[in-house]
Amino acid sequence: MIGLPHYLVLSSLLFGMGLFGVLTRRNAVAILMGIELMLNAANLNFVAFTKFVDPTFVRGHVAALVIITLAACEAAVGLALIINAYRHLETVNVDQVNLLKG
Amino acid sequence: MGLGGLLSAVWQVELVRMVVLAAVVFTFLAVGGALFLVLAERKISAWIQARVGPKHVGPHGLLQTVADTLKLLYKENIVPHRADRVLFSIAPILVAVAALLDWVVIPFAPGWVVRDLNVGILYFAAVSSLTVIGILTGGWASNNKYSLLGGLRSAAQMVSYELPLAFSLLLVATLTGTLSTVRIVEAQPYPAYLYPSVAVAAVVFLVAATAEANRIPFDLPEAEAELVAGYFSEYTPMRFALFQLGEYGSLLASSALFTTLFLGGWKGPFPLPWLGPVGNGLVWFLLKTYAVVFFLMWVRWTYPRFRIDQLLGLSWKVLLPVSMMNLLVAGWLVVVVR
Amino acid sequence: MNAEALAFCALAAMVLVGGALVVYSRNLVHAAVSLVPTLLGVAGLYVLLHAEFVAAIQILIYVGAITVLILFVILLTEGATGLRVRQRNEQVPLALGVCGALVALLWVVLLRVPWGPAAGPLPPYNPGAVGRSFLMPYVLAFEVTSLVILASLVGAIVIARREE
Repeated sequence: MIGLPHYLVLSSLLFGMGLFGVLTRRNAVAILMGIELMLNAANLNFVAFTKFVDPTFVRGHVAALVIITLAACEAAVGLALIINAYRHLETVNVDQVNLLKG
Repeated sequence: MGLGGLLSAVWQVELVRMVVLAAVVFTFLAVGGALFLVLAERKISAWIQARVGPKHVGPHGLLQTVADTLKLLYKENIVPHRADRVLFSIAPILVAVAALLDWVVIPFAPGWVVRDLNVGILYFAAVSSLTVIGILTGGWASNNKYSLLGGLRSAAQMVSYELPLAFSLLLVATLTGTLSTVRIVEAQPYPAYLYPSVAVAAVVFLVAATAEANRIPFDLPEAEAELVAGYFSEYTPMRFALFQLGEYGSLLASSALFTTLFLGGWKGPFPLPWLGPVGNGLVWFLLKTYAVVFFLMWVRWTYPRFRIDQLLGLSWKVLLPVSMMNLLVAGWLVVVVR
Repeated sequence: MNAEALAFCALAAMVLVGGALVVYSRNLVHAAVSLVPTLLGVAGLYVLLHAEFVAAIQILIYVGAITVLILFVILLTEGATGLRVRQRNEQVPLALGVCGALVALLWVVLLRVPWGPAAGPLPPYNPGAVGRSFLMPYVLAFEVTSLVILASLVGAIVIARREE
């Protein structure tokens, strides 16, 4: 029988992968993709907790929906920033975007 | 009923049922969708342009698309030099599968629906948004600048038109208080004081659906004069046929959803004799759906193509504000009357 | 093995393989396309957890909008994301260690905590329940979210606009 621990283990693995992507990628868009994986892991936890621990008011679903919405906002602003950076610096690699460094 | 049925004790039976249903829907899509609609499109365009159209294969050219499909089957599959092999093969399958999945929530007749999901119209919007990814990756994987441009245009276009489409769906959901397509059909006809709102939503839906299906006057992704054939320039026989299947499948699905949401689905103005409720429903549903398809084809062969900035401007500056205001007014009306 | 376990394993495999490709693939377009099975797999898990509404929204927004946006930006900045550019920085061993340690820690914690039984049965599912939750107990979260959407809408337009 599939229970809460299965979902939690899966989502922790997904979170770890996302974190690995964020830490090792140079390209800003790829870092954003890593962040999306981490957000998905968190959402999976929320929905799993709703079913197995706290079903009142479907709170976890509310949280998951808010996170999905905020992820869309974050992607829109982040990608706008990336496009702007690319236009000015002709690179989207975060280790080359260092104009503020003395 | 949710998707939970798959998890019941007799899930093997359920699985077999789903596979059979998928096969039936796919056959309907291939025959009633692609095969028939391609012929209809050619005949209607010929009629509008005062030509005869295909007439040599079979009586009045009825078997023309069958012959064309057979020809496509015999031709060689070519992958362009330095194209991305994997994505190049996946893209058309994704487009065709997305068009196929649309049909899960379309009710053909009372009780004749693959699955009456409680998030029905949301599911439809979600699944049809998968098409964009197939088109975008197909355009990129072809390693051809025209394909890539077609793919990018299509992504911009489809993402922009998804919003007015979603607002039309929201309006229907507000009026009927449900997302299930079956319950929406049952809730029709709408009360008379809501007709103006529903009419506006229907027009917005039709325009947005035409744009989502990439058809003239919104067929910029494949504008043949500027982009050769857009994202599927490089595609050869069977994969090209899959793209066509996806395109006509989603055209038919959009028409069917339009019928379901705005034209009363399987309900007819008067009962037909000898057919029983299911037969009646089926006949009326298909009649209405194909009437909508005919209307869209008529538009296609009558109007010229938009420019890309006009196209995006129409979505963001006209359709979106109009549908938002419409939703506001309709919501207010519903509350006041209650 | 019952149907639920089978479905869970298939979806979990889809999520993990897709996720690995997202962070590992050298070709960024491949990475972005690999997001699709990952996100669809998560949507499938939501269906298993009786959250059909969340699943539909996940597909609509994540797959239909965010992934498309990401692909769009990758294709627009093709010059800098081409295959000849090094995609990985020098922190790979460190990151492996950190992520491994984090996951291990999470597992230790997760598997030790005695998660109590559900506080009540899951209410019969309909999208209306989520809507009512949003408009009654969590209306503040709802309003703040819509404010954030407005702010990011304006922000994205201002940032991405070409200066005259």
